[in-house]
Amino acid sequence: MTDGTPRPGAPAPDPDLLYSAEEEALRAAVRSLLADRSDPATVLAGLESDVAYDTGLWRALATEIGTAGLLVPEKLGGAGASAREAAVVLEELGRSVAPVPYLTSAVIAVTALLGCGADSAESAEAAAPLAAGRTVAVLALPLPTAPGAVPDPAVRAAADGTLTGRVTSVADAASAELLLVPARRPDGPALYAVAAAADGVRTETVTPLDLTRPLGHLTFDGARGRLLATGDRARAAVDRALLTGAGLLASEQLGVAEWCLAETVRHTAERTQFGRPVGSFQALKHRMAALWLEVASARAAARYAADALAADSPDAPVAVAVAQAYCAPVAVRAAEECVQLHGGIGMTWEHPAHLFLKRAKSDELALGSPGRHRDALAGLVGIDAP
Amino acid sequence: MDAELTAAGAPDNDPGRIGIGLGMAAPTILRFGSDEQKQRWLRPLWTGEEVWCQLFSEPGAGSDLAALATRAVPDEEGGWVVDGQKVWTSSAHLARWAILIARTDPAVPKHRGISYFVCDMTDPGVEVRPLRQITGEAEFNEVFLTGVRIPDAHRLGGIGEGWKVAQTTLMNERVAIGGVRIPREGGMIGVAAEDWRARPDLRTHELHQRLLALWVESEVARLTGERLRQQLSQGQPGPEGSGMKLAFARLAQEISGWEVEFLAEDGLTYDDWTMRRPDGVDFTGREAGYRYLRAKGNSIEGGTSEVLLNIVAERVLGLPPEPRTDKDVAWKDLPR
Repeated sequence: MTDGTPRPGAPAPDPDLLYSAEEEALRAAVRSLLADRSDPATVLAGLESDVAYDTGLWRALATEIGTAGLLVPEKLGGAGASAREAAVVLEELGRSVAPVPYLTSAVIAVTALLGCGADSAESAEAAAPLAAGRTVAVLALPLPTAPGAVPDPAVRAAADGTLTGRVTSVADAASAELLLVPARRPDGPALYAVAAAADGVRTETVTPLDLTRPLGHLTFDGARGRLLATGDRARAAVDRALLTGAGLLASEQLGVAEWCLAETVRHTAERTQFGRPVGSFQALKHRMAALWLEVASARAAARYAADALAADSPDAPVAVAVAQAYCAPVAVRAAEECVQLHGGIGMTWEHPAHLFLKRAKSDELALGSPGRHRDALAGLVGIDAP
Repeated sequence: MDAELTAAGAPDNDPGRIGIGLGMAAPTILRFGSDEQKQRWLRPLWTGEEVWCQLFSEPGAGSDLAALATRAVPDEEGGWVVDGQKVWTSSAHLARWAILIARTDPAVPKHRGISYFVCDMTDPGVEVRPLRQITGEAEFNEVFLTGVRIPDAHRLGGIGEGWKVAQTTLMNERVAIGGVRIPREGGMIGVAAEDWRARPDLRTHELHQRLLALWVESEVARLTGERLRQQLSQGQPGPEGSGMKLAFARLAQEISGWEVEFLAEDGLTYDDWTMRRPDGVDFTGREAGYRYLRAKGNSIEGGTSEVLLNIVAERVLGLPPEPRTDKDVAWKDLPR
């Protein structure tokens, strides 16, 4: 009957797909901060300034509420929480398209650093200021890089530890004080920590589709770095960071979609044409009802990914691939429906719908497109290509 | 234990056989029935000695159930005489009793002129005819009611309050959907995935892409159901239940359509067109063509997908309702 392909992996036996009281409390704190400091008008006003990100907002979010250290163990100065809590923060950040380097620094860079070994003095020393929100770090890889498919590093490490090469389209590159750089050594892969201000490091900003998540190209020309890990450990640290980033990006996408749906429902219930609220027409309400179901489903997928990552479940790669393949298009569709069902106002710069559209579309490419995640799933669950 | 009960001559109370009695009639009798009515009906309902069916839908009252035209007119002995036609009645050919809604007052707006009865299916005025479906078999019946006598003691709830009573019945129908825990690759996607693994000769890139997308959607639907179950078990029912049927109907249709296409020559054949009266729906026990055809009913039965989208839009999202032209019009004056 079968051709010997592996059976699909079993899902985690008892995943918790709900939110705990502590997670809801964290959400309330983050939401209240964002309502004060990052309403759509504020985000819009800040877009064309020269500042890479909202530093005041970042300090309040990262340091005062303490979200930067959620994934960092307490002995390294963090909160010792898990991916479940970080996912709740990302849902709220998605709902306000806040321009802060949370996903890149507090999730991806922190996970890469911790993957180098919490016992190593180098990574412990680097983790503490990240956990406190004093330092912003990024993993120097192009934003579209998917977990499980990390290409050979574009940066070369010489025998004396100097780095040479160019990495394009790195998210939040210009915000970062610390760069975690995957590099090729003569004896295999390695991960280095490089100060962004060091000699031989150049950052060019590019004009991004999503202005709320700045991109930059990084050029290393004989820059000096500290070696964090080598070989399989370096490779695994980078892959775990990308897997965690992709899994938790689903929660950001959920937040984006939620805002778009709520705003569209609010607008169409108020906007009157032909003598009645446009939201009373079935042609529109069916689209919003279908979207509501997709958002409710995206929540289950994103929650499962966060829970699988938090529990370090063997099913995490499947959970993340499913969450990305599902949630990325839902966020895009929600944002596209938001623009369309707003009519003319949805096409203006003044209305914030475009911020969510740009974030959603850019998020769809980030950390692997839905098609790449479906391809990964084919191998993971034994539905092999022809 | 089931085997021992059968050997001892106990009646068959398999939930598949008495589902309508258990899931719909019993909660309604418990809520609206008198003590005498509970005494008479509940015990044989539970043991399976008496099977129940539901006489609600009519050829002219599907999505708009409250527009129903079956009439119940008072007779000279204080009872009722019922005339009309009902449709999509499962188990009518096995049933001893039916829950029935009929119009007792045509001069008031449609929701207000309905009463709720228990109808004796052995009455000579009840005629049951199998209703053959596009699958070739007949899961359901048409029921013709001609001068059927119902004593007033078989009424549930007040005269003209039948719509309210029917809401209890229908609410319990919805609760029954969505409580089941499905394993990964459970149901139709599992059959499709097994087909894929078994027939490498039929694989194409385009079918591969579509199967992976359906696999993802099935897994997410499973997780959404699981999340709903967790909410229910914590006593916080979410509105997701209203949406689950929409998702499962669409997936069943897309997956079975994919499967027929994937099977190529085998997709051109059908297992059996013989007119039969199955006990229930067996989605995975038959071939792909049957699944494809039977799944067409998933977006119609128990509320069409279009009506469910209206319900989600108005009750969950709070969007303004459609203007209603029939709201304050007497039923007899409605266009038909």
